[in-house]
Amino acid sequence: MNWESWVISTLNRALAHGTPLLWGTLGEIYAERAGVVNLGVEGMMILGAVSAFTAAQFTGNPWLGILTGGVVGGMAALVHALFTVTLRANQYVSGLALTIFGLGLSGLLGARWVGVPLDNPLPKLTVPGLAQIPVLGPALFQRQSYLTYIGIFLAVVLWLVLYKSRWGISIRSVGESPATADALGVNVFLVRYLCVAFGGVLAGVAGGFLSVEYRPAWTEGMTAGMGWVVIALTIFAAWNPLRAVGGVLLFSGLYHLAYRLQGWFPPEFLKLMPYAFAILVLAIAGLRGARQLAPGALGIPYTRGEK
Amino acid sequence: MKRVGPFLLERRLVPSPLVVLGVSLLAILAAMGAMAIIFFAYGVDPLRAYVMIARGTLGSRFGVMQMLRRAIPLLLCGVGLVLAFRSKFWNIGAEGQLLAGAVAASGVALFSGLPDPLLLPTMFGAGFLAGAVWGMIPALLKVKLQVNDVISTLMMNYIMIYIVAWLIHGPWKGPTMRGFAYTDTFPRAAWLPLIPRSMVHWPTLVIGVAAALLMTLLLSRTRLGYELRVAGESPDAARYAGIDFLKVSLVVMLLSGGLAGLAGVGEVAGIHHKLLGPLHISSGYGYTAIIVAWLARGSPLAAIITSLLFGFIFAAGDVIRVTLQIPFQVVGVFSGLVLSFLIGIELLMYWRVRLLPKGER
Amino acid sequence: MAGTNGENLAHTPATTPPMLLMQDIVKSFPGVLANDHVTFEVRAGEVHALLGEHGAGKTTLMNILYGLCRPDSGRIFIRGKEAHIRSPRDAIALGIGMVHQHFKLVYPHTVAENVALGLAGTPFFGPARVVERGLTELSQRYNLPVDPKAKVWQLSAGEQQRVEILKALYRGAEILILDEPTSVLTPQETLELFKVLERMKEEGHAVIFITHKLQEVMEVADRVTVMRQGKVVGTLPVSETDKASLARMMVGREVVFRIAKGECRPGEESLIVEDLHALNDRALPALRGVSLTVCRGEILGIAGVAGNGQRELVEVLTGLRRAQRGKVWILGQELPNRSPRRIAEAGVAHIPEERIRMGIVPGMSVEDNLILKKHHRPPFCRGPFLQLREVRRFAQRGVEEYKIMTPSPRTSAKLLSGGNIQKLILARELSGEPGLVIAAHPTYGLDVGATELIRQLLIRQRDAGVGVLLVSEDLEEIITLSDRIAVIFGGEIMGVVPAAVATREEIGLMMAGERRRVPNP
Repeated sequence: MNWESWVISTLNRALAHGTPLLWGTLGEIYAERAGVVNLGVEGMMILGAVSAFTAAQFTGNPWLGILTGGVVGGMAALVHALFTVTLRANQYVSGLALTIFGLGLSGLLGARWVGVPLDNPLPKLTVPGLAQIPVLGPALFQRQSYLTYIGIFLAVVLWLVLYKSRWGISIRSVGESPATADALGVNVFLVRYLCVAFGGVLAGVAGGFLSVEYRPAWTEGMTAGMGWVVIALTIFAAWNPLRAVGGVLLFSGLYHLAYRLQGWFPPEFLKLMPYAFAILVLAIAGLRGARQLAPGALGIPYTRGEK
Repeated sequence: MKRVGPFLLERRLVPSPLVVLGVSLLAILAAMGAMAIIFFAYGVDPLRAYVMIARGTLGSRFGVMQMLRRAIPLLLCGVGLVLAFRSKFWNIGAEGQLLAGAVAASGVALFSGLPDPLLLPTMFGAGFLAGAVWGMIPALLKVKLQVNDVISTLMMNYIMIYIVAWLIHGPWKGPTMRGFAYTDTFPRAAWLPLIPRSMVHWPTLVIGVAAALLMTLLLSRTRLGYELRVAGESPDAARYAGIDFLKVSLVVMLLSGGLAGLAGVGEVAGIHHKLLGPLHISSGYGYTAIIVAWLARGSPLAAIITSLLFGFIFAAGDVIRVTLQIPFQVVGVFSGLVLSFLIGIELLMYWRVRLLPKGER
Repeated sequence: MAGTNGENLAHTPATTPPMLLMQDIVKSFPGVLANDHVTFEVRAGEVHALLGEHGAGKTTLMNILYGLCRPDSGRIFIRGKEAHIRSPRDAIALGIGMVHQHFKLVYPHTVAENVALGLAGTPFFGPARVVERGLTELSQRYNLPVDPKAKVWQLSAGEQQRVEILKALYRGAEILILDEPTSVLTPQETLELFKVLERMKEEGHAVIFITHKLQEVMEVADRVTVMRQGKVVGTLPVSETDKASLARMMVGREVVFRIAKGECRPGEESLIVEDLHALNDRALPALRGVSLTVCRGEILGIAGVAGNGQRELVEVLTGLRRAQRGKVWILGQELPNRSPRRIAEAGVAHIPEERIRMGIVPGMSVEDNLILKKHHRPPFCRGPFLQLREVRRFAQRGVEEYKIMTPSPRTSAKLLSGGNIQKLILARELSGEPGLVIAAHPTYGLDVGATELIRQLLIRQRDAGVGVLLVSEDLEEIITLSDRIAVIFGGEIMGVVPAAVATREEIGLMMAGERRRVPNP
């Protein structure tokens, strides 16, 4: 195998594998920018995956499946918002509860779909013209998912909204200093609810991508820890949507390079790679002092002036 | 203070133990109510389901023993997690630490060649150490590199799961197992004694109860326990008082990981007598123990009760699977619901409802 | 200088309703009646001082006006029309602006972004750019210079306050509430602020000026409302009163302004600092060559505007922050960059600035809190075990000796009042017969009774031959308690003056960065 095909297949696979991570990370960035950690990403993703598969199978329309995944992810996130924003519960524990619940419920709901292939998966996209460019064409523009491109486009839009728009100022302020935002008439609770729900929608779509396109089938626990990788990538990206694209590509690229080492290493080692990467990534972020970039009020429930 | 009709709502800063107990029971009841929906969905009358569960668990010697057997690993992991949570170390890694203990114990049982009487004690020692090391790595990463403890402990779970998978498919694969992904069976001397006609490996149970007692003493009566409480309650005050975070975190995770490691030893030496697939060794005890610890609200002694409760829920899951044909994942759903309701109504504990005096109504 | 222009505007004809009327406001928190049937009225074109001690209910009243909390009962009228203020959004729409004592700013954001936050009528994309233009015009009109593109954390406290005022003005505030605005300013900056307030009066704004400092009321206000324990004691024109009677109204009894203390007999040095350098949290230089000495039996006061290195100095001396270079001798031992525990064991007591965050463990009992620094030593600890009987005996004694009001020594420390928390900290810190006491803002936010008690405790320490380093932003306190006063500015000591000959003007100049010409004694 020559170096060209290495680059091509690594990039191509990295984009595909990175797509759910990107969607999930973008969503978690918004939730955390508003000050709410959601450790329920894994749960929201898997609920998204099972509901997307179910909807796609029943309607025969994979896009409807993706949409359903997003809606279900968003609804699951709303429960987290209710607990952490309104009831001021511990964000870590609430997120964990959501994950445990999601993994359990998806197992129940998906039991009938185990081993059933999806009749009508999401079509692949080959960009005409661009796909003919040597090396880059097959790497980036051949048989890719619509959701990959939408995800990258979304990252740019979300970056613009976060840093250059009225909403962005409100969201970042709510995450840095909710008391300040409140004193200027910004509805802290509403912003947090919306951002957490938005994060859930994106996580749900990410799950839908897995079951409706990437596999396309339902297997129990198919997110296999991706939700946790998303949370690590959020920190690594320093809560910046554009950096998330870079972080995801780096992560998925390394992941697929590792797969190239098959034959030298037992497969179990390759499977544990992403988790070791995630720790490594956070250690690097720690060395660079990324923690200081965290939103100032991250993880802290907000109560108004009253003692 | 708020007025709602004839009632006066007052905030309180420290809820009484009775209120805590009441609210916790309420959460469990609420989760049971919510479960009714799932029973309905499977076409089972919820009342009948609860009756069958009660008969299958508390109603028979077998059921009670099943409950005890499930409670052992939950208790050991749970007590360790109580300790970690008291110091605000978010150890989500009991699952991996448990497996690490199982791996170390299996290694000793299969390959050490120690004389029979030394075998079990060495297995417990090695299991404790392995779990401790697996827990202390995230502690180091947190204090030295600010690596988020939730993520690192979780990732360590996945890493250990694949290490176990590699061992049983590769180097430790038992030649006598005819292609199954197991190690060989341990020598008899490495089997834990059981309560007759059950799977309750009582030595581990005794260790678990002893651990709960010792950790209670540790928290209230020792310098380490004091420093741990200060570090958990207020990191700034701990710095001010000159408490060494690295030391406290390492010792906490040594104990927390070590206890989870002991749970792993109990599972392989008491029940399976070999190392096998990670899901078969643990069935998620490490994660459920998080709820056990959270429900125990910082008290290792209370973890005895909460681990029994979740032992019951696991046993109930078995009953549901066998007699009602509902998948075992129902346990995960119920656990998630209990935890959700628990934190959801936590705020309730901080309100006191009083009837307004007649004149003011 | 009370309002040359304001005088005319203040006496608006009786037929026009006042700009603001708060009627019969009642607000209770658990255990306290913060506002007890308060009625408060402000006219257009006046600076109206709201005077009272900490905990008198001033801030609560203003939080109600600004929609941050809801009153239990009472009505609010703006320009004669009843207003229902449910949130700050309602308040802003009614033309109310508030500058909080602890600034409500988003520090990592730019000035323009801070002003644009929550602002209606800006374009969706690029709102900050539009605001920048408007800001330039406003800052000229009111003489409030500030760079709209600067990040807020880079600004000085005085500049940050300007941002807060601009934020309110940009939203068209006609009623502006300033909560203790001078606590972060130098005397000179304070004068600047007063000029801005004059300017706002001319433009017809109503300014509510919350303070507990009598001097400022006399200088800037047209009328004053005095509050005590949640009630209004009275409202009167400043021209018809004086400091002494205001003080009586505020405290409810005669106030002694000077604390009796014996002559200072300094002994050997208990603290010597030479050429100390250190960085702040943002890795910028915070201490640039600080040198000073504190002798046994004297109180050295460190005066200065907040954020000039006081916090870092205290942290370095107590081992909570690393010094880059410089030397520190404490009670004869050279102790640079040692651990907090090592320094405490050398005989240093530390009364920290952040009482609740650092000084106590809120969730633990009074008993446990009393041994925070000594839990690892006999008699409280033998081997790995705590000696609970000793702990209990010690706590019993501390609670009695320092008159800590607590239901029991087992009560959780977070249930104590601010004054009792500070007493608890003092009981702990002074118990080991320290040789040096480092006290940061020891009476900040306490009521008169607790303040007096704590000041007396510090003086008693000094009289017993302990060196005391007192850091405070309250100049009155520094002058009252200190034997010598060192002024810190920009991480350097501008000069040291014996308290007996110190004047406010001289100290004020040094607080603004002017070096003392006379050689230090």
